[in-house]
Amino acid sequence: MNLRRVSAVARKEVLHVVRDYRSLLMALATPAFLLTLFGYALTLDVDDVPMVVWDQSQTARSRELISRFASSHGNGPRYFSIRGYVSRYADVEKAIDRREAMMGLVVPRDFAQRIDAGRDAPVQLIVDGSDSNTATIAIGYADVVTQIYALDLTIEQNQRRGMPPLAIPLDVRPRVWFNEDLESRNFIIPGLIAVIMMVIAAMLTSLTIAREWERGTMEQLISTPVKPGELILGKLVPYFAIGMCDVLIAVLMSEFVFHVPLRGNVALLFGMSAIFLTGALAMGLLVSIVTKSQLLSSQVAVLTTFLPGFLLSGFIFTIANMPQAIRMVTYLISARYFVTILKGIYLKGVGLEILATEALFLIFYAAVMVVLARVKLKKKLT
Amino acid sequence: MNQNAVVVTNLEKRFGRFVAVNRVSFEVARGEVFGFLGPNGAGKSTTIRMLCGILAPSGGRGTVAGFDVRTQPEQIKANIGYMSQKFSLYQDLTVEENIDFFSGIYRLPREKKRERKDWVIEMAGLSGHRHSLAAVLSGGWKQRLALGCAILHEPPIIFLDEPTSGVDPISRRQFWDLIYDLSGRGVTVFVTTHYMDEAEYCNRLGLIYRGELIALGTPHELKVELATTTEAAGNAVVSDAARQSPPTPSALPTLEDVFVARIEAHDRMEQPEAEVQR
Repeated sequence: MNLRRVSAVARKEVLHVVRDYRSLLMALATPAFLLTLFGYALTLDVDDVPMVVWDQSQTARSRELISRFASSHGNGPRYFSIRGYVSRYADVEKAIDRREAMMGLVVPRDFAQRIDAGRDAPVQLIVDGSDSNTATIAIGYADVVTQIYALDLTIEQNQRRGMPPLAIPLDVRPRVWFNEDLESRNFIIPGLIAVIMMVIAAMLTSLTIAREWERGTMEQLISTPVKPGELILGKLVPYFAIGMCDVLIAVLMSEFVFHVPLRGNVALLFGMSAIFLTGALAMGLLVSIVTKSQLLSSQVAVLTTFLPGFLLSGFIFTIANMPQAIRMVTYLISARYFVTILKGIYLKGVGLEILATEALFLIFYAAVMVVLARVKLKKKLT
Repeated sequence: MNQNAVVVTNLEKRFGRFVAVNRVSFEVARGEVFGFLGPNGAGKSTTIRMLCGILAPSGGRGTVAGFDVRTQPEQIKANIGYMSQKFSLYQDLTVEENIDFFSGIYRLPREKKRERKDWVIEMAGLSGHRHSLAAVLSGGWKQRLALGCAILHEPPIIFLDEPTSGVDPISRRQFWDLIYDLSGRGVTVFVTTHYMDEAEYCNRLGLIYRGELIALGTPHELKVELATTTEAAGNAVVSDAARQSPPTPSALPTLEDVFVARIEAHDRMEQPEAEVQR
């Protein structure tokens, strides 16, 4: 390994990047773009569920129930928003078909009488189940709203009968840690940084060696005494610098644009990013070395980073819920470890004492990729 | 070994069932300009690539600068300059940047680096174009810059693969002047071409056809050989007067005649074999 050769390669690579300023611009703008896009669009929070109401009862009791739906909220926004009142089932159906409402609440004619008689009073909730996740969450909200109302009614009735106040045997008091308001953005953005870095890194390097093969300059290079390791290191350095700029952009954006709390050590965050980046860049190089074609290489790079990064890293989809076979596959995705590390540093503020295993995996992955690239880069034509 | 820059014995390269270079043997002496002449696809580039250590031979042996092409390719690479057909410059780098890159790769010391850079720019006639992108240079300039980059480290042996394809006649002439100049300083030049006039400039020639070396010698030797064989074959037809006087230089066949005759002879030999295979 000779540093003069490494720096000659690195300098040349910097010149390529500078001359091709459009791709440099893209490399720097893409993380900001993706972060904005996903940061704003990708929210898993369910609120303001649109609903229509058919109040057949038209009594104080029924209006009280409906007003509880309309005003329900935790600390954040309202859970439901009443989009209209209807008086036929056909209209409920129409509203759901047209996606004007996700839910229809039907309060039966004898609602108030049954309550006052102390009998059970069913109400009907029609839910659009085409988005099962949102529907489940919405039903959960509705359940809570009606339960509380039912409880209040019981207390009221007891009081009227002169009975002692109701003692509730169980009282759950949830205390949410790390993401107190359960904002999905806080949990998405740190993971998103990992996915974006993985995609960008592979994109950056996947072209470099393939381009040399396609333009015929590789044939010249392999006829010189330059060593494969020098070539790989020289090519990694400039893109590493670009990648770290991307990390910085992403961290700054999450701080000042999305206000995601960064509770852990910033130096650790950048250190871990550097290791992850090295592995991802080396993987891009490896793809480039193996395919020898820019088109194929960039396609393989995107396919092998974006989809696994998105689906199998635990960034959104919980790994613990995946089938055994797929869970095994996730262990091969380096983004998985980086996502855990980022969420740990960002939200929990934990350090290496907790994240050591993940950090070791990242180091191992980076080492394997660099070694594989080194082994696969042959100074021979085939 | 000391006398020969290149020694090749039964060198062979197969790509699957296709034999690109079929057990070729020859030697190139130090300081010689050795021409490798043959039509496209004859195996010229394949041979040159094996000698440069960038393509593994399938069989046979070869040494370049005393190093084995199979086991010591990296030592060979430190002792040669190789210029491939495509003038492999970085098009998006300037003239100086290209030179700087290769002098970094060849680890030239600082003073040497400046001296060689000036030499290359002077030699290539690029004084006014130090900061031009390689992409905008004409074919002749690119060719000389590529040569300069390949010999920055002053290697004792240079391999040039069709260095003058796509270059205008004046640039070609200048290029050959340069090759003679290098040869005069003791550099061995191994050059492939399919131009007959260029073949004339070589000290010695190897004719390669369909992967086989079908003739080897100085241009003069090859011509005389052809002249005497045709004479022998056409005894009855040629007049007595012509038979008695030895062939004069003006009466000698051209290299093109030699080449065509050799190829035809080769094809005639192959023919029966091909018939049998069918």
